[in-house]
Amino acid sequence: MLLSMQDISKAFSGVSALRSASLEIAAGEVMALVGQNGAGKSTLIKILTGAYQRDSGTILFEDEDVAFATPGASQAKGIATIYQEINLAPQRSVAENIYLSREPKTALGLLDRRAMRAGAAAVLKTFNLDIDVDMPVGHFSAATRQMIAIARAVTQKARLVIMDEPTSSLDEREVDILFQTIRTLKRNGVAVLFIGHRLDELYEICDRVTIMRDGQTVAHSAMADMPKMELVRHMLGKELAAFQAIARDTGDDEAKPVRLAVEGAGSGVRVRDVSVTVREGEISGLAGLLGSGRTETARIIFGVDKLEKGSIRIDGKERRYGEPADAIADGIGLVSEDRKIDGIIPDMSIRENMTLALLPKLKKAGIVDRARQQEIVTRYIKALGVKCASPDQPIKELSGGNQQKVLLARWLCTDPRILIIDEPTRGIDIGAKAEILKLLRNLADEGLSVLMISSELEELLAAADRVTVLSDGRSVAVLKRNELSETALLSAMAHQVN
Amino acid sequence: MLKTLSRPFIPKSSGDFARLGVLLALAGLILFGALRYDNFISPFNILSFLRYNSMFALIALGMAFVIITGGIDLSVGGVAAMASVVAAYLSPYGWFPGLAGGMIAGLIAGSINGLIITRMRIQPFIATLAMMLAAYGTALLLANNQSVSVSYDTGFTTIGQDDFLGFPIPGWIAALAYVLGWIFLERHPAGRHVLAIGDGEATANLMGLKVEKTLFGVYALSGLLAGLAGVILASQFGAGQPTEGVGWELFAIASVVVGGTLLTGGSGSVGATLAGALLLAMVFNILNFENGLGWISLSAYWQSVIRGAFLLVVVVLQARLMKKTEA
Repeated sequence: MLLSMQDISKAFSGVSALRSASLEIAAGEVMALVGQNGAGKSTLIKILTGAYQRDSGTILFEDEDVAFATPGASQAKGIATIYQEINLAPQRSVAENIYLSREPKTALGLLDRRAMRAGAAAVLKTFNLDIDVDMPVGHFSAATRQMIAIARAVTQKARLVIMDEPTSSLDEREVDILFQTIRTLKRNGVAVLFIGHRLDELYEICDRVTIMRDGQTVAHSAMADMPKMELVRHMLGKELAAFQAIARDTGDDEAKPVRLAVEGAGSGVRVRDVSVTVREGEISGLAGLLGSGRTETARIIFGVDKLEKGSIRIDGKERRYGEPADAIADGIGLVSEDRKIDGIIPDMSIRENMTLALLPKLKKAGIVDRARQQEIVTRYIKALGVKCASPDQPIKELSGGNQQKVLLARWLCTDPRILIIDEPTRGIDIGAKAEILKLLRNLADEGLSVLMISSELEELLAAADRVTVLSDGRSVAVLKRNELSETALLSAMAHQVN
Repeated sequence: MLKTLSRPFIPKSSGDFARLGVLLALAGLILFGALRYDNFISPFNILSFLRYNSMFALIALGMAFVIITGGIDLSVGGVAAMASVVAAYLSPYGWFPGLAGGMIAGLIAGSINGLIITRMRIQPFIATLAMMLAAYGTALLLANNQSVSVSYDTGFTTIGQDDFLGFPIPGWIAALAYVLGWIFLERHPAGRHVLAIGDGEATANLMGLKVEKTLFGVYALSGLLAGLAGVILASQFGAGQPTEGVGWELFAIASVVVGGTLLTGGSGSVGATLAGALLLAMVFNILNFENGLGWISLSAYWQSVIRGAFLLVVVVLQARLMKKTEA
């Protein structure tokens, strides 16, 4: 074995991120590492490269017990990493980027710029890349920069190249070039750890797969012995406590008028051809693996990203929003995936957080009408059952579930017609999850149209009236309520026709 | 994600444009001065111009390295004042103790900046602002709130006042510092690392560069050069000056920016920084001559306003140039 990581554990301020994870890679092998967001892939990688230090476990690299203190130390031993965001210095030249930290030097200890240029050009040529090595790296496309990063790894005499979602920003032709490069590396006995989500790509290029979930490595297998369905099942796993199926009215869904109709929507490489409908008073689920374009679809509907092709209709009228403010004015609300990054303002009170989107309408003579604000806040705290000491409590003191309720209330008090909610129960404990889902159900029963993006099967099964499945930026299946089952969802997500 | 990846970065030529601009402006001002004032091109004016402005050129050089990493050093004025006091106290023991003492005082202050910034992860703006206050306080404490005369018997004043081969010694010092600085930034691996770190610290770290060490070194260097400027100050004016140095950091930052170095880090040039420092100093020089003509009489306050306005014009022009080349 080139690399053997055993029983790796790591916790961040008491929260466990890895629990006795293991990973083994042989020389000249392409190993796939898959798992959902938060499964622990990047933590495992960072421990290997020395960006983080492990709490326990052993790492053998080339049969030597190692514990790298810094990324520099692991590079020196022959482990190179190509990160998703391609870590090169954009304003420095191609040649410099290939040699940074290991520059060829003249007798005087100064840069040997001639050797650097020649070496850079030569190594790029082995990948059929003929570019001006004096140009700043920032001038080149993502695919070219990735090749430069790989060239850097090769000149480092890397024995193991880690590629973190290397295809996420490449088009098909560029992916082909990348795969050729990977095969060249393989032939030279270099091992590749390939982190990715697109199943077809994984099956094309990888020899074996390691699957992670909840900080653990749950399966190791040769790629050929792992059917797609099985792989997806391992990745998504099952929530410990099943939600009670949320009671729904049993009327005929198809009779309800269509409120939101997205047809053939496309934008960039993440969203290629997505169609999804949400009817009045229903919860429409949007499912798919990581990177399938779920969140990006929501961003298009909400006017964050530009709709490049296709159409969006609301109540039958074509709409095209230049910015979120237009979408909000039209009665659309978006509760985003990551509450911490673009949702809550931690130090502000519940009152302020809740009425943020409503402030423009709360003005009386130019200042906030406190009496009305108080009335609205009191109403929603009661209606949604937010557990708090007082409306003036800072929102950061609330639990995840209660924070989510406040965010929900933020949009509800603007009286939306359509609510898009991305991963409504992420980071919320099981009990609160069911409560949030029930809340969404009640809102839908009152006529609200909900588009619920979720990566949790149980959640979709419990709450959604229909589920549209995305794969690689395309909607590949729509499952109505009577067709919804775990197997049906899994096979649609694995993009299998059965 | 895709957007950030395919975003066009600063083109190769934008910095070059700015550098060309600053050289043109400098040439224009010199031409203007030469045509308008009788003694502008006189040896006396040129030599005293270089003698006086070498101090500013030195701190601008240190500032250039700091700004290239994406940081800032607000403490240089205070550190120079403190170093001038230390140098003045040590000058009776010989020119070398005076010189070395001032430089070491600067190096210590800069090293503390570097440690606070890299080890405690404090913003450079805050860390060096605190150092500025501390350095002024130390200078006033040491000097008992008054200027400290230097010794005229040990040759200490030679450093700031005399010539070597017909060229002021401070000018030689600054010229040497700039040549070394240029070689370091352009030709030495560690200099390229300074640029790469300014391009993105996290990236540089992942590429295996020694980010903390480099940042520490950059702030220590800035302190060292501020200390050297303080030594020249004490030597040139015959006294350690605990209240001098106010606004020096702004002069240095302005020189660096006028020289086309981006405040966001990752690009910059030693040569253009020198041109920037000379350009700003030249504006000062011309205002002095204008006063001397007697047509108008500009108080120091008005001069400050005019220099500020000039700086604003240059920076705005530069930003526009950058935008154009970027598009």
